Amino acid sequence: MPRLNDQIRYWMLVLPALAIMVIFYILPVLGIWEISFTEPATGFGNYVKMTESNAVKTSFILTFRVAAITTVGCLLLGYIVAYAISNFVSRLTPLMMALVLLPFWVSVLIRSFSWIILLGRSGLVNDTLRDIGLVTSPLRLMHNELGVLIAMIHVMLPFAVLPMLANMRGISRSYTDAARGLGASEWTAFRSVYFPQTLPGVFSGALLVFVLSLGFFVTPALLGGGRVLMISEYITYQIQEFLAWGLGSALSVALLVATALVLLIAARFVNLKSALLERN
Amino acid sequence: MKTSPFRIFFNTGAWAVLAFLLLPLLVVIPISLTDTSYIGLPKEHLSLQHYENYFSSAEWLGATWTSIWIGVAVAIAATVLGTAFSIGCWLISSRASTIARWVLIVPILVPPVVQSLGFYRFWVKLDLIDTYFGVILAHTLLALPYVSISVFTALANLDRRITQAARSLGASVWQTVISVIIPAIRPGMLTGGIFAFIVSFDEIVGVLFLTVRTVNTLPKQIWEGIQESIDPTIAAVATFLVVLSLIATAAVSLRKKTA
Repeated sequence: MPRLNDQIRYWMLVLPALAIMVIFYILPVLGIWEISFTEPATGFGNYVKMTESNAVKTSFILTFRVAAITTVGCLLLGYIVAYAISNFVSRLTPLMMALVLLPFWVSVLIRSFSWIILLGRSGLVNDTLRDIGLVTSPLRLMHNELGVLIAMIHVMLPFAVLPMLANMRGISRSYTDAARGLGASEWTAFRSVYFPQTLPGVFSGALLVFVLSLGFFVTPALLGGGRVLMISEYITYQIQEFLAWGLGSALSVALLVATALVLLIAARFVNLKSALLERN
Repeated sequence: MKTSPFRIFFNTGAWAVLAFLLLPLLVVIPISLTDTSYIGLPKEHLSLQHYENYFSSAEWLGATWTSIWIGVAVAIAATVLGTAFSIGCWLISSRASTIARWVLIVPILVPPVVQSLGFYRFWVKLDLIDTYFGVILAHTLLALPYVSISVFTALANLDRRITQAARSLGASVWQTVISVIIPAIRPGMLTGGIFAFIVSFDEIVGVLFLTVRTVNTLPKQIWEGIQESIDPTIAAVATFLVVLSLIATAAVSLRKKTA
């Protein structure tokens, strides 16, 4: 009997946060599905419009392309950092770690603003290139996909480094040492012994970066200057400019479904529980 | 340690990537000291005019103050709710409580624009648009995943036998939670609270959807500043925030070193 009472008490601790989350978050997000089928008229009108629109198709392809390139870029750059931090022990290791964490303290807005200063037509990069005589007219580094990608990789990089780092910390040196002792070169030992063990970390990092990039709004909106319409910006555009709530909601549903599909596919390769629920 | 091309590649590569992470954050510093009225490097001398501009602008100061107190309110609300939630889930530890934990981290996965759209429609019905409470509520929901994850991490390191001992010595559930569990997970709660503050302090998409004129937060002020005219005052604000982050990072890594 007291056991049952305890269970009820435990659930009373859980309930306030859970109830608020369900009522004020989950239900409103599900409400978007309803809007997509009811405004402006009941039926599948918005979805028909969505699938027939070339602009929507372009935006979805662009979104997946930017997310994919960002993910690959973050994994390549992040792997090198994670590897150096976990394998080369030196006095500077804590500094390296601090530099990885630093961007988390600076808002995405400020980081995007910094890239605007750097990449603009008369930004620092263009000014410097002109002053040293490398270019005569400013390069287009911003308001295009290149600018969005550079800033996105910068913003997402820590999300790739941390899961890889957590994984690499758990890898024992003895396997690589054994391979070296048996005559493998440093490179071979890395490629055939060390690298395969790091794949779980690589996949978690990839998942995190890809999912966050799919729905990203701030950086593409600021660096793209209206020319790189990723799906999130496309949705706000529909709603703010055309008050097309129905279409905007249908696009939101499509983006949600796309995100869910990515997670479902990823669940085959990544331990979602350790990647999301138990990350630090 | 021997040096080899392999090691040199990874070491220099890592430092190059870290420079790529750090240097763009620092460009706001020289820009904020410019003597020009547009974004650019100082031309003739350094000037503090953009800092003066910030400190004499009721709009910028008001937005900063709003962001700080909303952030504190969110940190308190999310830490209280999220800590109770995580402790409850930890004590239950069944399939149902794991599902509850998944529900609570949904806001990390839903794209910001999509959730803001949902908020907007519901907040209109509740008459919460352009109210401080509306923003605090939305931010608390967005901060809850971070609090629950960091508190749960702290709980995972706590020995269950300690709470069992407290119970068998006659402590009630509440006494166990308050005198045994909470003191043990305080670092996790603190981390969660700091995360919650930062989530709220930096949040922009929700604020753009949920506020009109009454509520003006710092990110919104920066956002509008970037959209309208790129004014070096933004660089002055950004410098404050970057310097604060540098100090915070240094403090955290120093504390880790001594711990």
